[in-house]
Amino acid sequence: MSEQITGAQSLVHSLESAGVTDIFGIPGGAILPLYDPLMDSSQIRHILVRHEQGAGHAAEGYAYTSGKVGVCMATSGPGATNLVTPIADANMDSVPLVAITGQVSSSFIGTDAFQEADIRGITMPITKHSFLVTNPDEIPRAIAEAFHLASTGRPGPVLVDVSKDALQAMTTFEWPTSIDLPGYHPVTRPHAKQVREAARMIVDAKAPVLYVGGGVIRAGASDSLRKLAEIAGIPVVTTLMARGAFPDTHPQHMGMPGMHGSVSAVGALQKSDLLITLGARFDDRVTGKLSTFAPNAAVIHADIDPAEIGKNRHADVPIVGDLSEIIPELIVALEAEFEAGRRGDYGAWWQQLTRLKETYPLGYDQPSDGSLSPQYVITRLGEISGSDSIFAAGVGQHQMWAAQFINYEKPNTWINSGGLGTMGFAVPAAMGAKVGAPDKTVWAVDGDGCFQMTNQELVTCTINEIPIKVALMNNSSLGMVRQWQTLFYNSRYSNTDLHSYRIPDFVKLADAYGCHGLRCESPDQVDATIEKALSLNDAPVVIDFIVHRDAMVWPMVAAGASNDDIQIARDLAPEWGSDD
Amino acid sequence: MSRHTLSVLVENKPGVLARVASLFSRRGFNIESLAVGPTEIADISRMTIVVNVEDSPLEQVTKQLNKLINVLKIVELDPESSVQREIMLVKVRSDNESRSSILETVQMFRAKVVDVAPDALTIEATGNHDKLIALLKVLEPFGVKELVQSGLVAVGRGARSITDRSVRPAEKGA
Repeated sequence: MSEQITGAQSLVHSLESAGVTDIFGIPGGAILPLYDPLMDSSQIRHILVRHEQGAGHAAEGYAYTSGKVGVCMATSGPGATNLVTPIADANMDSVPLVAITGQVSSSFIGTDAFQEADIRGITMPITKHSFLVTNPDEIPRAIAEAFHLASTGRPGPVLVDVSKDALQAMTTFEWPTSIDLPGYHPVTRPHAKQVREAARMIVDAKAPVLYVGGGVIRAGASDSLRKLAEIAGIPVVTTLMARGAFPDTHPQHMGMPGMHGSVSAVGALQKSDLLITLGARFDDRVTGKLSTFAPNAAVIHADIDPAEIGKNRHADVPIVGDLSEIIPELIVALEAEFEAGRRGDYGAWWQQLTRLKETYPLGYDQPSDGSLSPQYVITRLGEISGSDSIFAAGVGQHQMWAAQFINYEKPNTWINSGGLGTMGFAVPAAMGAKVGAPDKTVWAVDGDGCFQMTNQELVTCTINEIPIKVALMNNSSLGMVRQWQTLFYNSRYSNTDLHSYRIPDFVKLADAYGCHGLRCESPDQVDATIEKALSLNDAPVVIDFIVHRDAMVWPMVAAGASNDDIQIARDLAPEWGSDD
Repeated sequence: MSRHTLSVLVENKPGVLARVASLFSRRGFNIESLAVGPTEIADISRMTIVVNVEDSPLEQVTKQLNKLINVLKIVELDPESSVQREIMLVKVRSDNESRSSILETVQMFRAKVVDVAPDALTIEATGNHDKLIALLKVLEPFGVKELVQSGLVAVGRGARSITDRSVRPAEKGA
């Protein structure tokens, strides 16, 4: 094609060639030239959000459910800086995201022009890569490379900043047939010797555990993980980012480890002699005090990012590669060990873990005053809505309860902000998830603090017919912060009371946004309210669950404490058993 | 803590220096010296970075550097098997009385006088870090008016070149 078109038209063609069908964004001065030809694209649906942060989180949620790269778009200056939080979020949680921002004309760059911000410089530490395009001829290549980088290797956010004059100038469009990035060659194929060594360690171990992280979900390796766990007969723990990577109802599942993990999952790591680490990164919220984490365990660490291996914990057997290749090869290597008559004996280990799992199931106390327990609400939400539903959470107590009390059976049914811990994530992420999976029931499990940060995107949902459902755990507080104040600051509640019991009135707010607003204040209304919400699909639904504000997330490993000191309730430690 | 010299081959693209420098600062490493320049291959630049770190954090920063898309190759050069040079320009107070002893020092260190004024001499010296420190120590009593030093540049000894197999796919990370 040698037809002369504008840079903006070339950018739209490029996005179409990259397979983009949905974009979340807001126009503005510098990116105006792009929005004009975007209107003519029959392939791309642009969803006009109400705040750029919403566009970014929506693109993240969309990436989870669609399996594609999420795309968000904003103008220069404040539009671009409003994308910083979701870009940082996607970077921490390895979400494939392409952010396209308008930039002031190249002759103005560096002059502190109106709505100028050095967004490439600002986002350098929080992107996988970034481009500043000032020459229209470079647009197709930059877009092709951006999508390639975002979706391959360890996925992540890529920013493409395009100057206004590059969008306006004339150019020709040619989609690159190959990607030429001489400094980028992610290793996908694992080293065979390392895989064989891992298999040998597994059959020699007495107390192995599969420590599964979000990388298994990103690699689409859930099915082979299940096969590996079953043929090897090894217990599994799934981190906050890996909920759904292995079925929660599977008897080998020990639960979620970490600061608010189950005793059986935390114990499985602490008492293990071999951590088979798959796509996890020894985050401080999982390890607790690092020097006392799993003190007797050797470590197999498989990850696509070599920089994660040995970062926090020494790996005895490092395996760099794509888990969708590593796990099947590990299965083959294990089967070879079995055929040679070598098989691990994990009988005593299973006895120990089964005791922990049976003795210390996740639980909670019902409030004595008859008010609503948030854990009960979330449990019923999961049970009634079922394992085909998708749950996106905000950040805080409700997030932990949603991770603990909903059974996830499939990958990408749990969407949350794990690494950055971004309050306000739920509503826009649920919106994006629903666009990516329109036939699924999508819940935003939110808190009243989080909800007030991003609820304006309910307007976007109503107007664009994206009927998500919001389950609001309204405890009128910044609940997790309040819990820490209860435990560590003598119950001095400095600035955690949101007074949101009636201000704002969330049912009226929902109504104002064109959503169905429901309220539930007692346990006997819970099922009926959830069922009502499930029956309403012509508009988004918001349920204002007025829940007990003193409910706390247990178990808990205090920040900086050893996992050995996990508490199942205040000042209550589990009995680990006599074999310690 | 120990000094390490990293040679980093990068694509010559805008922003590369900022990416590399900010990565060091974000991960808490202090760059002792940094020199950037072209190589024998067009579009590839070479950075020589000197850092003072423990071995295990060095491995981490090398891996993180490798993740930068514009970084092509990283090699650590140890002083034994490489030639390492810095250049120093130093302006020393000099009068008729002190000039000849300064010139003696200059000769001793195989340095050069590159500019002469009635009351000052500007000396150019190249060498490794220790030699330049030693020269400076001898010059200090005369009165150092101005001092400027380059970052260290280094090249491996022997016939092999760092760019021989500059972009081996197997070495690159995600």
